[in-house]
Amino acid sequence: MPLLEAKGLTRRFGGLIAVNDFNIELGEREMVALIGPNGAGKTTVFNLVSGFYQPSEGAITINGKDTRSMRPHQVTSLGVARTFQGIRLWGEMTVLDNIRVSQHYRAGYSLLDCFLRTKKYMGREAEIERVAWELLEAMDLKEYALELPRNLSYGLQRRVEIARAMSLKPSLLLLDEPAAGLNSADVEGLIKLVRWIHETFPVTIWMIEHQMKVVMSLCTRIKVVDFGATIADGTPTEIQANPAVIKAYLGDDTI
Amino acid sequence: MQKHTFTISLFAGIFVLTAMAQFGVINQYLVSVIMLMGVNIMLSTSLNLVNGYMGEFSCGHGGFMCVGAYVSSIVTVLLFSKNHILGAPLLPPSLALFAFPLALFAGAAVAAVAGLVVAIPSFKTRGDYLAIITLAANYIVISAIDNMEIIGGPRGFMGMNATVNGMEGLLDIPWMLLWVLFGTVFTVWLLRRFVSSTLGKGVPAIAQDEIAAEIMSVDTNRMKLIAFMLSSGLAGLAGGLFAHILGYVNPHSFDIMKSTEVMVMVYLGGMGSLSGATLSAILFTVLLEVLRPLEIWKWVVIPLLLILLMQFRPEGIMGNKELSDLFPKLKKYYSFK
Repeated sequence: MPLLEAKGLTRRFGGLIAVNDFNIELGEREMVALIGPNGAGKTTVFNLVSGFYQPSEGAITINGKDTRSMRPHQVTSLGVARTFQGIRLWGEMTVLDNIRVSQHYRAGYSLLDCFLRTKKYMGREAEIERVAWELLEAMDLKEYALELPRNLSYGLQRRVEIARAMSLKPSLLLLDEPAAGLNSADVEGLIKLVRWIHETFPVTIWMIEHQMKVVMSLCTRIKVVDFGATIADGTPTEIQANPAVIKAYLGDDTI
Repeated sequence: MQKHTFTISLFAGIFVLTAMAQFGVINQYLVSVIMLMGVNIMLSTSLNLVNGYMGEFSCGHGGFMCVGAYVSSIVTVLLFSKNHILGAPLLPPSLALFAFPLALFAGAAVAAVAGLVVAIPSFKTRGDYLAIITLAANYIVISAIDNMEIIGGPRGFMGMNATVNGMEGLLDIPWMLLWVLFGTVFTVWLLRRFVSSTLGKGVPAIAQDEIAAEIMSVDTNRMKLIAFMLSSGLAGLAGGLFAHILGYVNPHSFDIMKSTEVMVMVYLGGMGSLSGATLSAILFTVLLEVLRPLEIWKWVVIPLLLILLMQFRPEGIMGNKELSDLFPKLKKYYSFK
């Protein structure tokens, strides 16, 4: 059974077809890229998968569970975590708290447990805190634990956002343009980080990325979309030579 | 030992205040100011959960206070006073001491349920639109009570003194002062425990980025339900105490003017700070008393102070910091959790 299966995924906004008959199957521990020109519907696909939009047609199953009619936080608890195109950390909360709140679904105690500080509450809170510190340690963010994200550099914020997504212990991690706005040194760091995550955790990584350097050095499979439709699907070398992809990116060469 | 210093000094403070009131060291006027202070602290800290921590703009807090005030008053009048509609007292006055906290709890519970009127629309509505809903909720409560002749309508409702007298008959100490102080400590303690937990931190996450919160596994609807119901429930508790301090309630004591007063306290203290809300409630109560000689002019002076505050310190007295953030040394003594 594939980890993620999307069949005939279509999403319309009024008369605009943002995603048209999109199909994908992702297995365990894959690393796949979704590329395409601006406005091709890539982020809409991610929004559909993470439950933020409902598909107009088609279906998404995650670990065999149909996610239609699920709210985003329910999809997340199935093991889907994501980052955003623009960084969306909680800016007024410390880095540590950012990583604590994202484990909300793991809290699992009632309001009464919270008021009475029961054994269950103490146990769960200790577990959440332990996971947060471990992750910060592993991702070299420990020294920033008590900083506010808005005081950190863009590269570090990106790292915190990925750490926050990883705190959900996902089986599928969606990265929406992780290298956007990073300088070349940060991009190198990002490539190392993503590779390390992929080697260390049992996670499938699916990314949208414009920087070919990132895509080519990380992914084993690339899917190209344009105007909501899939135009190519294959290994990096296949995609590089695909005429349809070259046409979508560079335009028609007939004058 | 140090960990408990704060708790011990808190209870010692309550004991000393009650003893001072008992033996006439502080006069009746001062006692009533202290009680009002307590009620104001409860109101401002509970509203801070919605307006400060959750970043919504609720301007109907008075309405929930009103629900709590009326429900608990009706319960105690039904049980302990003779009322021309509700009939003879059902219980002997000696039981007042035990029934009173239950009546307060009933008021808070019904006020929390009334909070649903705002909580459910908040799933889909935000900002200005939700503010209008809270305003409407305030009006609905006031107008509904205005039209209920059975509980006095616009003339108000009284008879709560019988319960207070019942308690004093059992043991002659200033019971209401004690209840208010306990209620205040309980409110701040409950809120403090909530906002410092991982569960409770979901509330500021909604304020700072609701979409990120939902995607990062925070059940935003559940959090909104908890925040609004906890906030309105505690306002109801404050209302119940307020009604029994005065021994008389009138729906128009809880109108938009009251809600505004509470909002002023929240913004004065700093959004998202419980110690700020507590300090500003104390300051505001004192200010009202100090400016009493100005009579109606105080309602010119106080808003003017608010304008100056917004101009020069828009984040309020404490910003979103707690006392223990500003004075880290306090942390040794200050573990009010």
